[in-house]
Amino acid sequence: MQPTAALALPLRPPAHRVDPRAVQWWRLQGLVALVVLAGPQLVVWLALGASAPFWLLLTTILTALAAAVYTLVVPPIRYRIHRWEITDEAVYTRSGLVVREWRIAPISRVQTVDTEHGPLQQWLTLASVTVTTASARGPVTIHGLAADDAAELARVLTETTQATPGDAT
Amino acid sequence: MTDVGAEVPWRRLDGRMLVVAPMQHVVRLLPLLVILLFTGRGDPVRLWITLGITVALVVLGLVRWKTTRYRITPDRVELHSGWVRRQRRSVPRDRLRTVDVTSTLLHRVFGLGVLHVRGASHASADHHGLKLDAVSVAEAGRLRRELLQSSPAPGGVGGRTPGPDQAADAPGSVDSPGAPGAPGEVLSGDGRHGDHRHSRVLSVLRWPWIRFAPLTTSALAGTGVLIAAVWNVVSELGVRPRDLPFAADFEQRVLGAAIWLTVGFLALALLVVAVLGALLMFTERWWGYRLTRDDEGTLRVHRGLLTRRSLSVAGNRLRGVLVSEPLLLRAGRGAQTRVLATGLGRGSQGGALQPPASRSETHALAALVAGEPVERSTLAPLRRHPRRALWRRLTRAVGPALVVCAAGWTVASTVAGWSWLGPLTTALAALAVPLALDRYRNLGHLLTDRHLVTRWGGLHRRTVVLERSGVIGWRLRQSVFQRRVGLVTVEAVTAAGDGGYRVTDVTAADGVALAAAVTPSVLADLRRSAPPGAEEAPGDLAAQCAGRGPQERLDHR
Repeated sequence: MQPTAALALPLRPPAHRVDPRAVQWWRLQGLVALVVLAGPQLVVWLALGASAPFWLLLTTILTALAAAVYTLVVPPIRYRIHRWEITDEAVYTRSGLVVREWRIAPISRVQTVDTEHGPLQQWLTLASVTVTTASARGPVTIHGLAADDAAELARVLTETTQATPGDAT
Repeated sequence: MTDVGAEVPWRRLDGRMLVVAPMQHVVRLLPLLVILLFTGRGDPVRLWITLGITVALVVLGLVRWKTTRYRITPDRVELHSGWVRRQRRSVPRDRLRTVDVTSTLLHRVFGLGVLHVRGASHASADHHGLKLDAVSVAEAGRLRRELLQSSPAPGGVGGRTPGPDQAADAPGSVDSPGAPGAPGEVLSGDGRHGDHRHSRVLSVLRWPWIRFAPLTTSALAGTGVLIAAVWNVVSELGVRPRDLPFAADFEQRVLGAAIWLTVGFLALALLVVAVLGALLMFTERWWGYRLTRDDEGTLRVHRGLLTRRSLSVAGNRLRGVLVSEPLLLRAGRGAQTRVLATGLGRGSQGGALQPPASRSETHALAALVAGEPVERSTLAPLRRHPRRALWRRLTRAVGPALVVCAAGWTVASTVAGWSWLGPLTTALAALAVPLALDRYRNLGHLLTDRHLVTRWGGLHRRTVVLERSGVIGWRLRQSVFQRRVGLVTVEAVTAAGDGGYRVTDVTAADGVALAAAVTPSVLADLRRSAPPGAEEAPGDLAAQCAGRGPQERLDHR
């Protein structure tokens, strides 16, 4: 259809998906959120016993339900949206569930490359790579890469960056 | 390179800091000391405590002076400080962005200045920079010139640092003893080396500008701070306002008067205080203001009555200019020019290049700094954004306003005595419509040969002229609604200013074409169905004025 073609952002999606285990990682995060948010409410409800107000049970159930639905539904969608690519010229990512965001950081402007493993990520042998430029708004993060890929990516990027003269501002 | 650096001798801060540093602390602790001394009715213990504090401050100052050393090697600025907790900081010279010299009244009496050097990266410590508190005014000027030289040639700068320049520290050879009211030299340059660099004055203080002072929120906020400070001192001293002799009489009158009279009187009093405060703040901030640019393109702002400040921005750090028009200032037909430079800290007043001034003067200065005629910088004929953008502005302004309105009416109908809340929130909601229209009208962007110009905002309208070469990345954002109507917000990421400047709600095709025109090689293979190797024509002003930019032509082909 002509109108939809005109409305779509004329950028091709980045080439690579993140590691499939990222879905599990996001699910685990959802579960952690469920426990953190609904757990205390449940404990209070149980502790109060008969004198517990009815709405507390209601909010507990609603919280648990919302977190559960999020855990089931969102990670696979995220997996489809989150994509990344390193071209010869730029680091290019796409992310965002409600507000979609494309970030482009030219390789020549990259200042640092950080690899990060959170506790959950370590367990799943995943890692996130953050590429920063001289701008506070500039960091480009690729979440949920396989740890080996992330290390390799960081190595390659660091080498490329060091080969670029100047201070990248 | 490092062995050369090892030969550069360490230098100390100015010896006069032995007096100034304790005095600074005494001034800061003055309320406490006053309370200690005057509330005890000559209690000897309190006297001893006061004496102890003073001695401790002097000793601390001495220790600080003895342990602080700095040096400037051909490639780094190094600062070692601390006795118990030793700090060693060093900033690579090619990372240096701005050099600031500040002297408070106390510093100026002793002919001293605090040199603040800031680096580039937001991520690391060099963003916070180094502070030399304090060196002599002459030394500060010399260091500033030395550090801002665009290419620190190995051996060149470093080689001439030791030896003769050490003598410049001696009080006898100080050429400008920082006399109050005497701003720095117009002809700056090292006489010793014969390279007199001429500075061109771009702007000097014009007192009519003071009429804009009460229209700036920063001045109003400053007034608030002033009032709070006075209040603090009053309450620290244990004086209760109620105990003042005229308070009781005043209270009687207020209670006796009608409520609208009281409110009106209070509002008037606040207004008068705010205006007076704003005028005072303006005088303190902008007294002796002068903006110069030297042959190498370094911008220098001198200003300040009690605390003299000088901000230097090297020409190669400049990324553009910003014309800022908060609503009040805009209503008074005023505006303010700010500089976009990498590594400009928050402490430098957001890079203000000029006090709030009349619109034409502001735009003229912005154009001068951008190095383009006015009609190719902040007053360029911008491309308007599509109608769909208006709908987005409207929904974003009116939607929340309606929620507030509904909440207001709910409260008004349920809580007794709050019935006025309903009409009030309705009036506010009605204001959202003109606000949205104004925000839409202000949206616009244009790509000139050297710059990306973008304007946005209603309550605070901003026009940014950002150098194309200063764009170091892109962020394109689309909300669900934007995706449906094919709009996109394109943010040009830069190392200067806020870190990124937006072109809000352009059509998806235009947004990508804009990014591609600024950084063609980067976006070349990211564009959908782009013919390989298609070269993007740079923004052509004439074509864009005609309403059809090269981006459009390209995409409709």
